Amino acid sequence: MAEAALRRPALDRDRLLSLLQNYGVYAAIVLLVVVNAAITQNFLTLANLRVQLYQAVPILVVALGMALVIGTEGIDLSVGAVISLASAMIPLYLGYGPWAAMGTAMVAGAVSGVISGSLVAFAGVQPIIATLALMIGLRGLAVILNGASAKEVSDPLIDGLGTGDWLGIPQMAWVAVVLVGLVAFLVNRTTFGRQLVAIGDNRAASALSGLPVRRVLMTVYVLSGVLAAIAGILLVGYGSYADPSNLGLNYELNAITAVVVGGTPLSGGKVRVLGTVAGAVLMQLITATLIQHDVKASIEQMVEAAIIVAAVYTARGRSGR
Amino acid sequence: MADAGRAGVGVTNPSPVLELAHVSKSFVGVRALQDVDFRLRPGQVHALVGENGAGKSTLIKVATGVYHPDAGEIRLDGSPVHFASPLAAQEAGISTIYQEINLVPLMSVARNLYLNREPRRFGLIDAARMRRDARRVLREYGVNVNVARPLRELGLGAQQMVAIARAVQIDARVVIMDEPTSSLEHREVETLFGVIERLRHQGIAILYVSHRLDELFRICDAVTVMRDGRVVHTGAMRDLDRLHLVSLMLGRDIAEVRRHGTTDFGSAHHIGDRPVLRAENLSSRRVLQDVSLEVRPGEVVGLGGLLGAGRSETAKAVVGALHTEAGRIEVDGAQVRRNSTAAAIRAGAVLLPEDRKSEGIVPNLSVRENIVLAALPRISRAGLVTRAKQDEIVDYFMKRLRIKASSPEQKVGELSGGNQQKVLLARWLCLNPKVLLLDEPTRGIDVGAKAEVQGVIDELAKDGLGVVLISSELEELIEGSNRVVVLKDGRKVGELTGDQVSEDALMQSLAQAPGGTPRTDG
Repeated sequence: MAEAALRRPALDRDRLLSLLQNYGVYAAIVLLVVVNAAITQNFLTLANLRVQLYQAVPILVVALGMALVIGTEGIDLSVGAVISLASAMIPLYLGYGPWAAMGTAMVAGAVSGVISGSLVAFAGVQPIIATLALMIGLRGLAVILNGASAKEVSDPLIDGLGTGDWLGIPQMAWVAVVLVGLVAFLVNRTTFGRQLVAIGDNRAASALSGLPVRRVLMTVYVLSGVLAAIAGILLVGYGSYADPSNLGLNYELNAITAVVVGGTPLSGGKVRVLGTVAGAVLMQLITATLIQHDVKASIEQMVEAAIIVAAVYTARGRSGR
Repeated sequence: MADAGRAGVGVTNPSPVLELAHVSKSFVGVRALQDVDFRLRPGQVHALVGENGAGKSTLIKVATGVYHPDAGEIRLDGSPVHFASPLAAQEAGISTIYQEINLVPLMSVARNLYLNREPRRFGLIDAARMRRDARRVLREYGVNVNVARPLRELGLGAQQMVAIARAVQIDARVVIMDEPTSSLEHREVETLFGVIERLRHQGIAILYVSHRLDELFRICDAVTVMRDGRVVHTGAMRDLDRLHLVSLMLGRDIAEVRRHGTTDFGSAHHIGDRPVLRAENLSSRRVLQDVSLEVRPGEVVGLGGLLGAGRSETAKAVVGALHTEAGRIEVDGAQVRRNSTAAAIRAGAVLLPEDRKSEGIVPNLSVRENIVLAALPRISRAGLVTRAKQDEIVDYFMKRLRIKASSPEQKVGELSGGNQQKVLLARWLCLNPKVLLLDEPTRGIDVGAKAEVQGVIDELAKDGLGVVLISSELEELIEGSNRVVVLKDGRKVGELTGDQVSEDALMQSLAQAPGGTPRTDG
């Protein structure tokens, strides 16, 4: 009784923080769009929105998998390297047709997930270490498979995924919508999703309640690997070439940023899918705004850093009561 | 020795060192303290008791500068004081040891003991002297450890001792202990009581908060009972009996309490013949050796033993949460795969873990999701979650167990300990288990909720469930169990049945058990 009462004086601050945490990303997006519409030339043109979309979707796809991993109190640093590996598979298997090439790319992502997943779930290696090892190793493997120079990929199906339209809307957007829908459904409506969240919140309790902790962890890393591979396919299609030494560089950091800015806590136990979408969109909008106003890349990085700190601070303010 | 101390204090009656006079404190509409008078005298152990929400915590926080009273006055040695912050109270000689230990786990034991007041030499920390002093001080508290090692390598009890030693070292005149024994084992509790005895003789005033009645009657000289923000009784401990104390806490008639009992699981009931649980020769390296256990439907089998005897380990081994190398487990006649919690749960054997917070609740999920956590696969179709079925189950158990939450969607982490425990019970009951293993089911929950939980357990046994009960409260174990299996050093050393189930017999069984003194550590 007394305890419930104690919280009350702090309620206004709490409510503000909670509003910020839940809707801050969306508000920031609206704000940026309004500001840009006013001050940036050609911002609201279809051509520009299309450019923004091409930049944001691959990061978003990676971030979806990252959100799942972070939901289990883990982290996946290998996603950038998985993009690189997936891109190396495409020219290698394109001879068997685009579907075979894309299929192998996704299998490569899944295998990477099996490795990091087993290290985490069965060997008990810390996620950051397990995936760091893969992050270093996989890119090396990709370069060996592909050779150091970029290879051109000219296939109508794969290139279409990168730059083509379907019903007047970029195919990349369709891919993003489908994947967001699938992941949201997975998290909120399936036993797997609820178990994932429970394991992230209290692993010991979940294990004692008979939840398949290892299977869930393993699946989460596999999903993250496959989603990163899909992002790799989109990037290859967008650029029409496979360049394992450069594709996907820093994607793990961009994805983590999108997830955190979107309100998913690094401490696990919560996955915000729509928030992650908003996080990816927001970070892209910020970059675009600064670039279009000729702000130096170094400044842009500092602004990004400030956003991350602000996002983590609001998240902390609520749970660290 | 406790009696000697009590008698001594009874004769002299020194003037209070800390005094709260007509203190009131409200939080937006709720009056947490109403006109509270409280006096703490040097050389006295003063018990502060009451149910959750009675105002104990608020009283402590007002006395230690965390809150400021709305009305009334705090006096130290008779003169009014105002503590601007907890630090100010500490500097005035009021030390508090909280339930959760506030130390730095990765720092060395010595550093923790002297944190923020390290002995210095030439402006640098004199590490050698700090370690020397720390060793000497801790030996007085029965803690013989390498003080250069990180604190977290110590057992919880030893950590608690370090916290107490630290509190007292800061020239404390008043030491406030909030549930100090909740994380301690039997032997450690004894050491703590020894320390309290010494503090008493040094003339330090001790405010002691605990839910364990046995402890209060053993070590406290005076008692203050609070209910709904008011002091309802203050007096010498020896003038109260247990029944009277409980009736004061609950605000109920003595006759009514007597009828329902203080730790009574109710009357005997029918016990089946065919065992619902049969565990044979469970062995786990270094913790369990050939432990066998049989439970029949409707039977409550207690596990008796001291620290490290292997009680929790036995329970965990049965449900596959502790790795066993050998043994055989049967539930309801069918063999169950060892070392798999999932298999044990499928077969119908479930464990309510000892550590509710770290092994039980999923704090950020709702009451609803916590209740259906284990049942989720069963009430889902093709891996898809269905709300209708969930709501039905949750609604039923929230009513049946009288779970108090603002709604099924409230986070479990926000509930009181007793309600969290009921949520965990519900999590298992909705699976229709055959055997329920309960590890300290009433630890750290208030008297009212405790009686309710015990009532539920009794009801379940009547319904034909097999129950295994672990409790460090002797009385709860004896009164709750039909039979007690006595463990020691990971082995079964005896069994009490029928009239043998008594505190004396259990003590004797523990004392007679071969292989060492009765009080052994693990």
